[in-house]
Amino acid sequence: MDNVDLKLFNKIEALNPDINTCMACGLCTATCTAGNFTDMSFRKIILMLQRGKDKEAIELVKKCMMCGKCMMICSRGINTRNILLSITRIYNEEQNI
Amino acid sequence: MRPIFDPFVLPFVISMTFVLLYCIIGMIRIIFQLPKEDRRKFLRSLIYPKSALKNFRDLVNDCLFHTKIWKRKPLLGYMHMSIALGWFMIIIVGHFESITFSPLRGLEVPFMQKMMSNLYLPIFFRYFAIEELSLKAQIFSFLMDFFLLMIISGIFIAVVKKKKPKKVGMKRVTKFGIKEDMVRLSLWTIFPLRFLAESSIANIAGGSFLTKYLGFELVFGGNYNETLSMVFWWLYSIDLAIFMTLLPFSRYMHIPAEALLILLRNAGLKTTEPRKGYAVAEIYSCPSCGLCIDVCPMSEVKDNYKNTAVYFIRNIRKGKRRRDVKNMTEKCLMCGKCIEVCPLGIESLNIKIAQRKKTYYKIKSDFSYLERLQDYKTTRPQDDLSAHSQKTLYFAGCMSHLTPKITRSMTKIFKLANENFEFLDADGSICCGRPMMLTGKINEAKALIAKNTELIKKSGAKKLVLSCPICYKVFKEEYQLDGIEILHHTQYINELIENDKLNIDRSDKRYAYHDPCELGRAFGIYDEPRNVIDNIGLLTQGKSDRDMSACCGGSIGSLTMSMEERDEITKNTIKDLTLNQPDEIVTACPLCLKTFARLSPIEVKDIAEIVVEGLEG
Repeated sequence: MDNVDLKLFNKIEALNPDINTCMACGLCTATCTAGNFTDMSFRKIILMLQRGKDKEAIELVKKCMMCGKCMMICSRGINTRNILLSITRIYNEEQNI
Repeated sequence: MRPIFDPFVLPFVISMTFVLLYCIIGMIRIIFQLPKEDRRKFLRSLIYPKSALKNFRDLVNDCLFHTKIWKRKPLLGYMHMSIALGWFMIIIVGHFESITFSPLRGLEVPFMQKMMSNLYLPIFFRYFAIEELSLKAQIFSFLMDFFLLMIISGIFIAVVKKKKPKKVGMKRVTKFGIKEDMVRLSLWTIFPLRFLAESSIANIAGGSFLTKYLGFELVFGGNYNETLSMVFWWLYSIDLAIFMTLLPFSRYMHIPAEALLILLRNAGLKTTEPRKGYAVAEIYSCPSCGLCIDVCPMSEVKDNYKNTAVYFIRNIRKGKRRRDVKNMTEKCLMCGKCIEVCPLGIESLNIKIAQRKKTYYKIKSDFSYLERLQDYKTTRPQDDLSAHSQKTLYFAGCMSHLTPKITRSMTKIFKLANENFEFLDADGSICCGRPMMLTGKINEAKALIAKNTELIKKSGAKKLVLSCPICYKVFKEEYQLDGIEILHHTQYINELIENDKLNIDRSDKRYAYHDPCELGRAFGIYDEPRNVIDNIGLLTQGKSDRDMSACCGGSIGSLTMSMEERDEITKNTIKDLTLNQPDEIVTACPLCLKTFARLSPIEVKDIAEIVVEGLEG
């Protein structure tokens, strides 16, 4: 964990403080529209980013359809859509591959 | 013999020339900023008789009579009409009067002065005129006085509105800085000054009931004082000059801009760029009246009223604070109430979407996995595909899968109505693309739309029933499903009831109906759901229905709004809906249903559910 560069994640955190209230319950994964066809899972994205697995996380982020069901269902009221948009704005695909 | 020129007209002449030039240059700039295709469309629309006639009608109705404000708030409607129509008529009648009785008649004047006199003579006609007693002259001066009185009565209401907004039916009004206050003051004083100036000289120039009898006899006591009179003429001219000079930099720019906006709108143009062409016409047309503040659901949270359309447009216009503009763009719920209430019909949502399109996302979406998706029902054998032509296709949409009550009820209704139906996405669907469009990622949305179109066309059905208004909107606007009739389930159920295909027992339950934004305001589907509910139970009135229905708070239009802020909106909307003690809240959107259900003290149901209850009961 100590070797993980969380600079980008901290940026996301600053924009979306609610990201830290995630308790990885998996409701978002269960309802995910894209998850019906792929291994997309919002819960996993957060966990991966926290652990520095940026490349894997980005692969999942690309599959999101922005439908917003995860936001409707989230038991912690996290604005998942905006977190996802922030990730696509802040993380750079090239840099991590 | 009266003079034909006096230096006091100069401030007016100079400022008027400036305003005219400014507006003409601005107009040409906007027209050149339009995309080529749009520009051609616009110019063509000016020539065609049919659209030209519509242009004329709309210009008269909207710019002069302000019919849209009349409909919502009669007092404000009168205020605007009296000032706009009154002023316009004073200019027109003034021109006719000055042509008919021109002091330049029979005189040899240089060309330049003749041109200039065309500008100032109609405005300051009384100063240069000598009273004529012919009937024609009397009618002219009566008309001029009548319209002057009309304007002054309008200004009186404007002063009341400023002091006590509640008296004219407004809770909150826009806040202005010193500059706007100054322009407004100059506008308010133009006509009282004109009245004083014209009255002071009425014994020479003549006048009618207002200037001659009330003004000259009462205010000036029947005495003519040349110095005093000159002071008023100078003040009148300077005041006009202040107003005209500041007009392009103030909200009063809406007066000339509105005319251009109406022409552009009638040509069928839409905003494509947030700061170019059509959007500029819209931005300058905003009169900052603030009617959108009271209706905006965001205003429920105290400080959020600063994000409403009027402040958004003002921030763009100022050209500074790009960050603020971006934040406001991303916060908006896109419910469309501000557009509904806007007297100028400024479609600020289109500017917001255009603005969102500008955001740069480093990571691009990758929907290659959709290519593997051959058919929604992968479990179903693909044998009866060709026999679907008479079938009704049911597409629940991804959101409805979160509320299985809706899909179950719809399945039941289809069966009870003996409909030959197919549940296309029973195993889950891909998103319709509307949420993606709302984030401004149009190309990504197009990928989803293309895939859905392909899958729906494959089924060969001719009728498509949708359960989600979000889908409905994008299906109607973006999908190219030639020959397939698209219905929302409220419309479909209403059709079934009207054709006696469903036998519903009427109960005495009281229902409050919530109009989803994307169904009501977007497509005007207000009556169908109400007809359905009328057949099931009693419909109660909410505080604001139909086109003024409030957002549920769950809208996916907003990108950044937090759950706490959303909850405030939801609570308020529920309060509005339960005004007349209904037993249940009924809505027609899975998103609204889910949002209300979390916070509502009474049960929230989809319209399809209560239909099924009525069928079983």
